[in-house]
Amino acid sequence: MKALRQIQKAMRRDRQFGLMHSARDMAPDVSHGELLYLEDLNLSFDGFKAIDDLSFYLEAGELRCVIGPNGAGKTTMMDIITGKTRPDSGSASFGLNIDLLELSESEIAEIGIGRKFQKPTVFECHRVIENLELAMAGDKRVFPTLFAKLTGEQRDRIDDVLGIIGLTEHAYRDAGALSHGQKQWLEIGMLLMQDPLLLLVDEPVAGMTHQEMDRTAELLRSLAGNHSVVVVEHDMEFVRAIAKRVTVLHRGRVLAEGTMDQIQNDPKVIEVYLGE
Amino acid sequence: MGFIRALKGDTGGQIMLFLLGLVAIVVPILNLWVPASSPWYLSTYTVTLLGKYLTYALLAVAVDLVWGYLGILSLGHGAFFALGGYAMGMYLMRQIGERGVYGNPELPDFMVFLDWSELPWFWYGFDQFWFAALMVVLVPGLLAFVFGWLAFRSRVTGVYLSIITQALTYALMLAFFRNEMGFGGNNGLTDFKDILGFDLRSDGTRIGLFLASAAALALGYLACRFVVSSRLGRVAVAIRDAEARVRFLGYRVERVKLWIFSFSAALAGVAGALYVPQVGIINPGEFAPLNSIELVIWVAIGGRFTLYGAVLGAILVNYAKTYFTGVMPEAWLFALGGLFVLVTLLLPKGIVGLFARRKRSTAQPADVTP
Amino acid sequence: MQLARILLLGWGLVALGPASAQGHAPREPAQAAPSFEQSLTQLLDPSFKVKSAAVDAIAAGGDERAPQALAALLSGRLFYRKSDRRVVYAERRTDGYRITDVLSGEPLGDAGRHHIKKIGINNKLRRQLRAAIAGLALDHVEPKVRLDAVRRMMSDPDPNLAPRLQARLDLEQDAAVREALEQTLAVTDLVSPDAKVRLAAVGALRGNLEPVVRNRLSTLREQDEYPEIKSAATQALADIERKLTLYAKAETLFFGLSLGSVLVLAAIGLAITFGVMGVINMAHGELIMLGAYTTYLVQQAMPNAGEYSLLVAIPAAFLVAGAFGVVIEQLVIRFLYGRPLETLLATFGVSLILQQLVRTTISAQNVAVENPVWMSGSLQINPALSLTYNRIYVILFTLLVFLGLLLILKRTTLGLQVRAVSQNRAMARAMGVRSARVDALTFGLGAGVAGVAGVALSQLTNVGPNMGQAYIIDAFMVVVFGGVGNLWGTLIGGLTLGVANKLLEPWAGAVLAKILVLVFIILFIQKRPRGLFPQRGRAAEG
Repeated sequence: MKALRQIQKAMRRDRQFGLMHSARDMAPDVSHGELLYLEDLNLSFDGFKAIDDLSFYLEAGELRCVIGPNGAGKTTMMDIITGKTRPDSGSASFGLNIDLLELSESEIAEIGIGRKFQKPTVFECHRVIENLELAMAGDKRVFPTLFAKLTGEQRDRIDDVLGIIGLTEHAYRDAGALSHGQKQWLEIGMLLMQDPLLLLVDEPVAGMTHQEMDRTAELLRSLAGNHSVVVVEHDMEFVRAIAKRVTVLHRGRVLAEGTMDQIQNDPKVIEVYLGE
Repeated sequence: MGFIRALKGDTGGQIMLFLLGLVAIVVPILNLWVPASSPWYLSTYTVTLLGKYLTYALLAVAVDLVWGYLGILSLGHGAFFALGGYAMGMYLMRQIGERGVYGNPELPDFMVFLDWSELPWFWYGFDQFWFAALMVVLVPGLLAFVFGWLAFRSRVTGVYLSIITQALTYALMLAFFRNEMGFGGNNGLTDFKDILGFDLRSDGTRIGLFLASAAALALGYLACRFVVSSRLGRVAVAIRDAEARVRFLGYRVERVKLWIFSFSAALAGVAGALYVPQVGIINPGEFAPLNSIELVIWVAIGGRFTLYGAVLGAILVNYAKTYFTGVMPEAWLFALGGLFVLVTLLLPKGIVGLFARRKRSTAQPADVTP
Repeated sequence: MQLARILLLGWGLVALGPASAQGHAPREPAQAAPSFEQSLTQLLDPSFKVKSAAVDAIAAGGDERAPQALAALLSGRLFYRKSDRRVVYAERRTDGYRITDVLSGEPLGDAGRHHIKKIGINNKLRRQLRAAIAGLALDHVEPKVRLDAVRRMMSDPDPNLAPRLQARLDLEQDAAVREALEQTLAVTDLVSPDAKVRLAAVGALRGNLEPVVRNRLSTLREQDEYPEIKSAATQALADIERKLTLYAKAETLFFGLSLGSVLVLAAIGLAITFGVMGVINMAHGELIMLGAYTTYLVQQAMPNAGEYSLLVAIPAAFLVAGAFGVVIEQLVIRFLYGRPLETLLATFGVSLILQQLVRTTISAQNVAVENPVWMSGSLQINPALSLTYNRIYVILFTLLVFLGLLLILKRTTLGLQVRAVSQNRAMARAMGVRSARVDALTFGLGAGVAGVAGVALSQLTNVGPNMGQAYIIDAFMVVVFGGVGNLWGTLIGGLTLGVANKLLEPWAGAVLAKILVLVFIILFIQKRPRGLFPQRGRAAEG
């Protein structure tokens, strides 16, 4: 599985391996089946416990939904995984072998963790196609980037993704001129271009129409298997549509975990959602 | 080839370079071959003035590269300019040789005056032009590299960065005012005689320096265009608009900033090196924080985020400065101050923004700060 | 010891002759003492013997006019008018003298050089006069006057006065004066021919910081014939050196605190506009300058109230600078909220305009701001440590301004609204806070404080159109170093930087010290980008 993925990656990305690479050459060891291990994480902001003894495991190829009321720690958990925030204590590793807490944001991105933000963040001054180009997996060091040119193959990949996210005819528009929903799609497209092992997707369907939502659900489902996906979402219908397993966070810790049905019948969950 | 392709789609830049070429042809003719009595004659003074403007324009391009495209408002670029100028000044000082007031073949006058007996180590090698030329690029570049390495690594951004770049140039100014530093203290370096064997006062040398400035501007412009039209340039703009997002794509934001910042500093150094032989002096006043801020306003007035806008701004503002300080000196600071206020309030895209309907972008460059 | 004193006393008696015998007299006035007036007339006698007796009589008489008359005689300002032989004080004018009656103190107008004659004295009389004047002061009813007199003598001790001092010591009740008397006597004892006396004196002078003590001790250390005395002197000197180092440190600390206070003053307005509002105000230095110029203008407007004009200038400067601040906010800054880099540029333009405004309307040169008398002089703690009043006042003033500001922000409605707006603009607005008005007032407050700082700075530095630029970078450094949005950070940051600067100065020189501090801050910001006292939490993740 691991070897297969590496070959896949090597074939898909026409990148030259340098001698001094560190993070880019690391592949997570998923021999125990889990891709992501978060254990006993704690983090507080000025006395407020945003994350409280949180433990969370994700299997390779799994699609997991994370729900929970506001302030439950969903976004903060993503921040920790992507290196934006460091926990006060606890451990986070990618596979068995890569300690996420020792890597910078860009290194974490390079080992294959991609993230879509809650508020869509695209590069508004750039065209749609340029946004995708920037996100594209490849050598992201300074000088290779300075002299980089798009190969035909890469161009094809961009066109593919443009097709998937439905922005083919907007390819040459400035991203800033897109609608909110289109920006959401563009950001998902950027995630696809990054081709990460793990996708963290924060509220992907906010501001989308029903049809768009359906397409997003379809897309995320199709990604699972080859990729591991964590989706944070408020929209329960959407969660029901895509999730096999759901994790409920509350006050910085895991309140419940299971299938959607199990979750919905869990008295603790009901109390948290209905009680407030 | 890449350099030429860099001009694709850059109409403003093409026009600018065309005009620059035209000026580079016409000015020498009007100065050297038109008789002084003719109304078409261009005085050497004017040639030098134009040459000075061109070095300013190059400096403005360097600033625009980091400000307009990378979002780093450097209030210390005057320091890089001055350091390049000092490197060139040191070469010119060594060229004076025995023709100084004290006639010391080795030591510049001010060192004799301070009773120094030998040349400080950091003056070694500056009698060679190639060495000085190397230092012109290397010293500002390295300073920027070290400074940037410290600053960017610890994510100092926005106004904090602006303020510490200002502190940098301020500290350098104080340091260069000290006689013990060995750069002529208050008076700086001056009384230059010749460069590469050519007499600095001759018309021919002046024209030569003017042409060198024009060439440096053209090359510097093309180099910057090459950077901004590359993928790296797009990464830079992305950093300007959404730094965190770029990190999550796997780019090493710090390194991108570091290299572009250092390159820009080296470019500023080149501008300073060409400036010094034309004005004939370099002193610590060039490090004054005011200078660095002033050159930011050239870029703002011309229009940041378009490199030719920076060129336009530098030349326009400096022409206005020459004009005003001659006609009514009191009014200049009012005018400059007013320009700062009006441009930021009313013309966020500068003069270029007034004319150019950019085909692509209707979006305002989003807020530059994080 | 006591024996030595008596011996010395005897020696002094011989040297002084009759005059010093008179030294004991004041407490037991001679029978039928001549009046002050009579004695004064006697001074006109050509015989120095008569004069000498007259001086003694004047000194002994206890007349309150005596000290002044004797001092004038000693310094050659005592004359008599030839026409009526009246004794007068004469003050030299360009042409002749202005004379004052000694007895009545009434001015007698001008007198030509030939109309008056100086009362001559010789060296012996001079010695006698000095003793008499000192003696008068020594017996003054006010302990403070006595103390001052003794201290003066200590700095240049006259061995001839020793008996006089000893006599006073026997009577003296005041502890401080006694102590000073003993020390002064010990200083004279240092040159005593008697080794035991010298040794005792060395012991007594341990820790005395007068320069004369140090000089004499080091002479003893080098030249005394007895090794015991040499080593005692060495030890005493080491003692003194240690104390001096300590006081030198205290002085450095004081200088550092006063420089730090200046930095805090310059920065504290910025801490509000930058720290609380997030506005980069590059014209802050010019607002300080406006405050300083307001001081100048107030002084011009009330030329006779030099002493109190500062008290008027403080509120005036607050209002002037504050008004300018509100205008700047209304015309420029409010259009640029949330765009700090643009604000920086625009306010820089404003700063240029303000500078030029002052240049054209007042003068391009520096103007002279007067310092009131109560600000000059210094507080003498001991011979090695004196604190100048203007620095003391600046430190106090800074603390006052700081506390005032803290109170405004913590205790007033405006303060509450300011904090609300700075934390969450939208929410504050929803709660009914008129945020635009609050912004204008906050900026006005920061600007006003800058103006007040200008009043203080006008007392310390040159006031000119460029003065603001000298402070703006320092001010930003202080705010950034202390931690944006934290007044306490500004206070501690400013004081720390001031002290650090002064600590480095003796070692590196003033300019290099400043450079080192700047470099330190640049490096510090790399380590802690949010300053000494950062704001934490989600809100800070700007």
